[in-house]
Amino acid sequence: MSSNLSLWQVMARSAGKLSVFVGLSVVLLLAVKQLTDSPIADAERTTLLNTFNQVLPPELYDNDPLKDTLQITDPSLLVQLGTLSPVTVYRARKNGQPAGLLLTSIAPNGYSGNITLLVGVLADGRVSGVRVLKHQETPGLGDKIEIHKSPWILEFNGRNLRDDNVPRWAVKKDGGDFDQFTGATITPRAVVQAVKKTLAMINQAGGSLYE
Amino acid sequence: MSEAIMPSAEAEQDSSAKAKSAHWQEYKKIVDNGLWQNNQALVALLGLCPLLAVSNNTVNGLGLGLATLAVLMVSNALVSLIRNHVSDEIRIPVFIAIIATAVTIIDLLMNAYFHTLHGILGIFIPLIVTNCAILGRAEAYASKQPLDRALLDGFFMGLGFMLVLVILGALRELIGNGTLFDQAYLMFGEAARSWTIHLGDDYQGVLLAILPPGAFIGLGLLIAFKNMLDAKKAAKRINPLGIQVAVTPMSQPK
Repeated sequence: MSSNLSLWQVMARSAGKLSVFVGLSVVLLLAVKQLTDSPIADAERTTLLNTFNQVLPPELYDNDPLKDTLQITDPSLLVQLGTLSPVTVYRARKNGQPAGLLLTSIAPNGYSGNITLLVGVLADGRVSGVRVLKHQETPGLGDKIEIHKSPWILEFNGRNLRDDNVPRWAVKKDGGDFDQFTGATITPRAVVQAVKKTLAMINQAGGSLYE
Repeated sequence: MSEAIMPSAEAEQDSSAKAKSAHWQEYKKIVDNGLWQNNQALVALLGLCPLLAVSNNTVNGLGLGLATLAVLMVSNALVSLIRNHVSDEIRIPVFIAIIATAVTIIDLLMNAYFHTLHGILGIFIPLIVTNCAILGRAEAYASKQPLDRALLDGFFMGLGFMLVLVILGALRELIGNGTLFDQAYLMFGEAARSWTIHLGDDYQGVLLAILPPGAFIGLGLLIAFKNMLDAKKAAKRINPLGIQVAVTPMSQPK
């Protein structure tokens, strides 16, 4: 720094330059944000729809479930979904008649933390499909709940929950219908429990979920 | 060395040609430093957090490697362009602002155009801001060099980092999962679904390779391997009797 500038002048000049750089950054970032806003929204939509298509065949409905939603806020229902924060239910209809529900459910008792599931349930109460959205289970053992590691998760398809089949909703080790994995029982047990509770919640809420 | 023995044409070259060859020398040095001598992951050991965390398969490694490469080039170029306009005391805040801006832009672009991969890499894209390799290059190189060199340095430092990520990812995926290029479609589209190479249907996989310790062990082995190659190269310069021979080139005849 040249010595004929006072400390204040040096500070003002540095602050000015720094502000210019930060200002330019902000302008640039806002511009890019504007530019990418709609592609990001599109990508999110496509991703969600792709997952939906895996748990509920798209030929079963003709509406846009992303726009036909319901927030579950009733704590007595939410507790069945393993959460306390509101859950969005996406509703599928054909010719205006209920076709199925799509909702996320959390298995809180996985081997390492929460397992987030997307569950599709037909209007007659049968499961149309289940997929794991997020988990931290042990790779190679518990991660067989992922569809691209093992077809296990398909065991849910077509099952419903009635008063007379409640004990069947367990892994074989516990006397139920579902396979466990070699070396990992906790993970499938948690997932089976979570899907069972989700069905119980839907049975409990009944037709009100489509209103 | 042989050049020195041959009748040299260099004496007839004018000074601009000399400057040009010095230029090429510098470029060669940048390439060599970035990919090998001063590799950010294997020698400088910078940016290990993302390196170890996302190198559990090839595609993740490639994704984060490309993002880091892009950020390094942008930040090096910008830092070089403004190097004469920023005084020493606000240099680092300005570098950080540049790096943070570049990372945010790349984060947004990846979110828009590689949405699923962006979801998998998650927090590690924003964390590139704190990848010390990037501020390291800005401070140690780009802030003192012209644009062309800074850009080249960014490219090759990024490439060197990316190669280590990809190699480590491939090793861990191969040993841990028995596959290569699994989920390549996340980056290259649906056509890439068939790219996945399977080691064999009955391969069980060594779980350790996928888990975090596998990352540390794998990186350690890669560093050891590089050091071994370097040691071999150095040993070649020593004759079998163990007597050191002159390795410095003879001075050029003027």
